[in-house]
Amino acid sequence: MNRERITRWLVSGPPFVFMVVFFVLPALIMVVASFRFPGEHGGLAPMFENGTWQFTLETYQFFFSDFIYTEIFLKSFLIAGLTTVICIAMAYPVALLITRVPKRFRDVMILLVVLPFASNFLIRVYAWMIILGPQSAFSIAINSVVTAFGFEPVTLLFSPFAVIVGMVYVHLPFMVLPLYTNLEKHDPILLDAAQDLGANAWKRFWKVTWPLSLPGVYAGSALVFIPVLGMFAVPDILGGTGDILIGNLIKEQFLGTRDWPFGSMLSIMLTLAVLAIAALAMRFSRKSLSYA
Amino acid sequence: MALLELRNLTRRFGNLTAIDNVSLSVEAGEFFTLLGPSGCGKTTILRMIAGFDLPDGGEILLDGKDIAATPPEKRPLHTVFQSYALFPHLSVADNVAFPLRMSKVSEQETRQRVKEMLETVHLADKSDAFPHELSGGQKQRVALARGLVNKPRLLLLDEPLGALDHKLREEMQIELINLQRNVGVTFVFVTHSQPEALALSHRIAVMNEGRVEQMDSPANIYSRPSNRFVADFIGDINMMNAQIDVVDGMQLRLSVAGLGAIVAPAHIETSTGQAGAFAIRPEQVVIGAPDEHAELANRFSGTLRDFLYVGDVTTYKVEVTNGTLIQALLPNAAPGKARFFELGDKVTVAWSSESGMFLHE
Ligand SMILES: Nc1ncnc2c1ncn2[C@@H]1O[C@H](COP(=O)(O)OP(=O)(O)OP(=O)(O)O)[C@@H](O)[C@H]1O
Ligand SMILES: [Mg+2]
Repeated sequence: MNRERITRWLVSGPPFVFMVVFFVLPALIMVVASFRFPGEHGGLAPMFENGTWQFTLETYQFFFSDFIYTEIFLKSFLIAGLTTVICIAMAYPVALLITRVPKRFRDVMILLVVLPFASNFLIRVYAWMIILGPQSAFSIAINSVVTAFGFEPVTLLFSPFAVIVGMVYVHLPFMVLPLYTNLEKHDPILLDAAQDLGANAWKRFWKVTWPLSLPGVYAGSALVFIPVLGMFAVPDILGGTGDILIGNLIKEQFLGTRDWPFGSMLSIMLTLAVLAIAALAMRFSRKSLSYA
Repeated sequence: MALLELRNLTRRFGNLTAIDNVSLSVEAGEFFTLLGPSGCGKTTILRMIAGFDLPDGGEILLDGKDIAATPPEKRPLHTVFQSYALFPHLSVADNVAFPLRMSKVSEQETRQRVKEMLETVHLADKSDAFPHELSGGQKQRVALARGLVNKPRLLLLDEPLGALDHKLREEMQIELINLQRNVGVTFVFVTHSQPEALALSHRIAVMNEGRVEQMDSPANIYSRPSNRFVADFIGDINMMNAQIDVVDGMQLRLSVAGLGAIVAPAHIETSTGQAGAFAIRPEQVVIGAPDEHAELANRFSGTLRDFLYVGDVTTYKVEVTNGTLIQALLPNAAPGKARFFELGDKVTVAWSSESGMFLHE
């Protein structure tokens, strides 16, 4: 009995300590920071001064007093959602294709999917600046079509469109890999059985492949949706002045205006929003995943 | 007109002719079995009937119409796969409802028919369970229910009992016979187990290396195998090389090297001088003391070399003068009499002139 308890602590202890030191403590520091005053020259004002504790709800009041912050949150979630949906739509055929090619081609294709990681992230995003720039062949081609239909020429760069293109481009591999891992495990006999029982190709996909792939879809969505919310480099480089997302806002508080309490509050709001969405998604998906 | 007819069906994989000119027909309401050793092409035939594989030659007719151009989802037949292939994300009821939903049966009727079908296979209480919560036998029954629920013209079963243990297998065999009789759906059943084929089928096609060796009722397959392969594959049999000395109406006089003459019934086309084999089932051979069984036409003395007691019967192996081991099977009707003879005993094996058969090479 006693021995068992000791073993249990020995086994679960290190991960527990790890979680506390690297996750719980930093989160607590941030929670505390969000209730403090900003320092005179940025950073944080002292916590204990003039004989009293110096805490305030100012940052939270400020957040809810101006709709612009809620709007940036909503816009960020919209862009993250769109990016996720586009990633699913683009990654699914790729992942499916990889499972269908002969085994010896699969590793090569996986390698091609992760190959972009071999070059610098910023350089790859800057490359899109050139591709979407007004002088690029891509822009010129699009605009020749647009003007042919009698519309005004469009600027692709520095727009929400460019931001989404960049976001999708950066995060696509994070959707392909979990989807492939999932699809690869499907027993092909299930598709034969479905066809045998009267399902055409369309029904076979929606009644068998898609529901069985949901765990992969959820995993990929988490790997895309959450990082997109925190991403500031892509909107910085490809977005216009109006295309500020949460990531930019938070980065600005720490590196620009140096308003740490406000930045901490924003991070906490973001974390809470993501947790709320995750909880909703889990509730929604538990039923469909109970067989897994 | 036959429900299903295969005409000169051929399928090649590279150099291998997996199905070699197979012709057979299955009548409506029949329990038809394809029986043969592993790799003889049983699954390949089923896959071609279901439409997952296309023949290189020959025709598949359903109700007299060639179905070569019909894709699998449009063929009025279903398959029960050896691995069951239940949909893991669907409950038992939804698995069974799948074919009904595919053919756009109303939701109300679907529910009704699923309920009835699950009652038929004794799984009414499991309708909300998921496949991973079921035992092997229960999964098997779900697969059967799913294949039968929308009354296909034909149900193809590829070794459906292969994954079950012995006891469950026998239970399911009985259920399968009853089910087929009750729902009236034609079964084409595949197995490599000959007792299973004999127990279940109305008719059996014995296959070997892509060809049909014999097609007949279980009783005829067992008692009148048409060649050495079938005789050897179905049940236990004693077999000795033999030559025809005399054809005398319905009787043959055979000679077996080193043993002597055997009188046997003639039930296949034969002529004097032909070489082949004499074959006789162990249960047709009696064993006795050296002076016993004088009334039987075929009588040979030998030495008891081996016996196998399996409860209800004992199999004796007797070495006769040419060194062949002849098996005789004796029921242990009287308790405590399992061993009539001791190893090394001089004994007689004998059988009547009506027993056994001559087989061509
Ligand atoms: N897709 C294929 N490609 C190449 N050869 C194949 C293919 N499918 C089957 N074969 C060959 O055809 C022959 C018949 O195979 P089949 O699966 O029909 O045998 P079976 O009678 O069902 O055997 P088992 O009892 O082991 O299931 C085998 O020699 C097999 O190796
Ligand atoms: Mg097979």
